[in-house]
Amino acid sequence: MENDDEKSFESSLEELEKTIQELEDGDLPLKESVDKFKKGAKLLKKCKEELKNAEISIEKIVDDDGKIDLENFI
Amino acid sequence: MTKTYGKIYSVDEISDRIKKIVENSGLDNIWVKGEISNFRHHDKRHMYFSLKDKNAVIDCAMFKSANKKLIFDPEEGMQVLIRGNVGIYKRRSNYQIIVEEMKPAGGRGELYIKFLQIKEKLEKKGFFNKDKNLPKFPKKIGVVTSGNGAAIEDITTTIERRFPVKILLYPSLVQGKNAKDNIARGIKYLDNTDVDVIIIARGGGSWEDLWPFNEEVVAKAIYNCKKPVISGVGHETDHTIADFVADKRAVTPSGAAEIAVPNKKELNSHLDNLRDSLIKLMKNNLLIKKERLNSLASRTIFKKPLTLIEKKEQQIDDIEKNLSNVLKSRLEKISNEIDKKEGKLNALSPFGVLERGYSITMRENRVIRSVSNLKEGDIITTTLKDGNVNSKVNKNGK
Repeated sequence: MENDDEKSFESSLEELEKTIQELEDGDLPLKESVDKFKKGAKLLKKCKEELKNAEISIEKIVDDDGKIDLENFI
Repeated sequence: MTKTYGKIYSVDEISDRIKKIVENSGLDNIWVKGEISNFRHHDKRHMYFSLKDKNAVIDCAMFKSANKKLIFDPEEGMQVLIRGNVGIYKRRSNYQIIVEEMKPAGGRGELYIKFLQIKEKLEKKGFFNKDKNLPKFPKKIGVVTSGNGAAIEDITTTIERRFPVKILLYPSLVQGKNAKDNIARGIKYLDNTDVDVIIIARGGGSWEDLWPFNEEVVAKAIYNCKKPVISGVGHETDHTIADFVADKRAVTPSGAAEIAVPNKKELNSHLDNLRDSLIKLMKNNLLIKKERLNSLASRTIFKKPLTLIEKKEQQIDDIEKNLSNVLKSRLEKISNEIDKKEGKLNALSPFGVLERGYSITMRENRVIRSVSNLKEGDIITTTLKDGNVNSKVNKNGK
């Protein structure tokens, strides 16, 4: 199984949407719906945090006579 | 004083005279060179514009029948050569050239024709069919543009505002004769890094300035790039070959950045919506279950638990009643049978014999069957039909 912490934002969001869809569609057993709710809440928190922590960083490629290097741009 | 007017013309007559003079002046089927201005092409039918040079302007009309044969789109400011006839539009006291043919003339016009030729060639090769899906949430974005232009600044501020991610910049020349190879090399380089999408960008400039983005080598690099490419070259009105080849075309560098990353604010409100529906659904779910439970609890069995017992008791009563009826009739039957048997029994009983006048003699409760069992002085009991009598034996008369 994929580790929850390593999931990309995209797949977390997709899974969250799927979880909500399942809660919406099915007449789920109580335990299952509670489990799904918990899972949804966890995914939601993860997505929110990921958005909050997003940062910009820019690297520039330096091409010195075919010798390529990286340096920070800003 | 008498005034003499000579011949008095009507407006129409004088206009006709001028029209004839102009039309017979030899100004038909002539070539004129100039710059297009005030270009109008309403409803994609007739084109109206002025042709100008430093000192003069002349109105032109190119009707649909003629302009549908054009292989390029005339634009404001374009140097062109036109062929046509000078005519008079007498309703507006206006002279104009009715254009039959138009060609780009030098500079931008010639480049334009070159552009169209490259476009046609690459379109035939299928270069414009590249249509890779863009990643929704790229983690790293490659950018090929000038390292110190406005383009990279626009891109970084847009990305920072919308959804901050990592950017890998390949600083490239974006104008001049070496630019095309530099841009192509940048695309190839970034294609082999871990970027999720590549933006090629350049701020606005003249047609000549943007030209490297029309070069085949750049088009090829974009076409062969395994990663999705977004072009953001020039301004709204500029179209380059790179735009046609790229998987996605933005009109400006910041437009390209907008396409590349999602909007954090929108995502946040999307997440808020998801949270709301998650909570609402869970509440609903619980409510449904609660209602089901309530409706079960309100059934008679829970509301009046004695009903079931009462019902059973009634059943038992019924059974009891049935049972006693059955028993009674059985008892009656049995007692009838007993009565019948009794009759038969009576017939066989010693009492029946006594009835007929016989008697039984006993001594000390033993039945005496023979005189030889008795001697004088024995006390015997004789049982008759209606009682016993005791006697003493006097004589044994065998």
